[in-house]
Amino acid sequence: MSEVLLEAREVSKRFGGVKALTGVSLTIRRGEIYGLIGPNGAGKTTFFNCLTGLYVPDGGGFVFDGQPLQADAPQKAAVRGIARTFQNIRLFPEMTALENVMVGRHVRTCAGVLGAMLRTRATQLEEARIRRRAEELLYYVGIADRAGDLARNLSYGDQRRLEIARALATEPRLLCLDEPAAGMNGAETEALKGLIDGIRQDGITVLLIEHDMKLVMGLCDRLAVLDYGQKICEDVPAVVQKDKRVIEAYLGEVPEDA
Amino acid sequence: MDTLLQQLINGIVQGSIYALVALGYTMVYGIMGLINFAHGEVVMIGAMVAISALGALMALGLPMGLAAPLALAAAMLVCMGLGAGLERIAYRPLRNAPRLTPLITAIGMSIILQNLAMMIWSRNYLTFPSLIEKVSFEVAGAHFSNVQALIVVLAGLSMAGLLLLVYRTRLGMAMRATSQNLAVARLMGVDVDRVIAAAFIIGSAMGALAGFMVGAYYEIAHYQMGFMLGLKAFTAAVLGGIGNLAGAMLGGLLLGIIEALGAGYIGDLTGGFLGSHYQDIFAFVVLIGVLMFRPSGLLGEKTGERA
Repeated sequence: MSEVLLEAREVSKRFGGVKALTGVSLTIRRGEIYGLIGPNGAGKTTFFNCLTGLYVPDGGGFVFDGQPLQADAPQKAAVRGIARTFQNIRLFPEMTALENVMVGRHVRTCAGVLGAMLRTRATQLEEARIRRRAEELLYYVGIADRAGDLARNLSYGDQRRLEIARALATEPRLLCLDEPAAGMNGAETEALKGLIDGIRQDGITVLLIEHDMKLVMGLCDRLAVLDYGQKICEDVPAVVQKDKRVIEAYLGEVPEDA
Repeated sequence: MDTLLQQLINGIVQGSIYALVALGYTMVYGIMGLINFAHGEVVMIGAMVAISALGALMALGLPMGLAAPLALAAAMLVCMGLGAGLERIAYRPLRNAPRLTPLITAIGMSIILQNLAMMIWSRNYLTFPSLIEKVSFEVAGAHFSNVQALIVVLAGLSMAGLLLLVYRTRLGMAMRATSQNLAVARLMGVDVDRVIAAAFIIGSAMGALAGFMVGAYYEIAHYQMGFMLGLKAFTAAVLGGIGNLAGAMLGGLLLGIIEALGAGYIGDLTGGFLGSHYQDIFAFVVLIGVLMFRPSGLLGEKTGERA
């Protein structure tokens, strides 16, 4: 088993005349927390969308766990073991928190339409297992007490946690979090940090897009910086923080004598 | 007073049928945002198949107690196949087309099905054999028959069954997830194609039941019967809030009652100038009213964003 879990090879995506991604290559190792940062509009979410099959890249591709990723349909990425959350939360608003997580189990379960209608013993057992696993996941992310509430009635922070629980329900090997701390207060962010660290310790590799630099630098083993759709840096946090091009991308050009 | 009660009873019976058909519209709309204008024709074909099956089974000498359920089952099976076929052939290839395209396709499918039915079952009015001995009951001066009671009970049972399916099973959960966010449901491994096919199949089965009921109630069927019935059921779905299951049921019942009351009183109200055969206008007055004053319907919410 190679230590590389995901390799992006020269991934490119353009929308009309806008080059959202230009030949982005990066390598994510098993068990690490890998950060993806960059100014707004740098192409981070586009990268996620290509990886999870919502967009089809114009060039390049991904190798996941040694096998090329046929990223032409979202469920394929999910079946291979890639799950994600969204920057703008996309829960099923009119379903309960528990049901949201249960939907995530669809990837790993397969009761037929007929079984669902006839309520066979096997179906009932499977449904009970799904429910139990969903309850465990809600407990894991810390919102077990909200299981029966409609997703839209949860607080913002709890909605973000619920999205993580739903993504974990698909049993991912790579969990992609798109700005999970956005809109969270300090205490919530701190709790989130613990949660992400715990997820990694359970053996799930994490790819993290985040603007909260304290969170990124404190959590990530390595990170890549995107700017205008291009990777300008990839290294451990301490090196990235001092990289001249990264500082320029965030702060504008730094004069020579500064 | 007895007109009021009588028309209420008639309205509830007719309304249960509208509700069954409206559910077919609303399920498909809720999941993929398509108004399947061919649904009324599915209902008509349900009635037609039932007549043919009844004829064949009775010719075999089967007692009505056996022939009627078998004919209903045949009608439902044919319509389920038809619904699945429509989805697969006419709508799935247009999943990503602009919204107007599948709508026009739906109207085209409606015309094709009508003409197919005309070729198979002729352009004549067909007699629907009477299934059970009609028994009439009288309550407070109003009459209702065992046929009417059976229609309301059967419709109620199948609607309860649908609610159980949607809110208590995995398939139902997948259907709700797909209707709330198709792209994310797919990302979670929900087989969206199968969910959409299931919505068509279940809606068509209920449509077949409705067609069977209309045939048994009025003891007549015609290849164009699905057009007006479909339009009214669509109106009922819009009245309740299209995409909303409870809304379709409520809208169907309300529309049936409004129509029946309208038909009962229109003669008195206009001094005999308009008779009860003008009852069809009420459905469309309701439709126009809803679209003007409450476009999201009684139970509908404001349309959310779609992924």
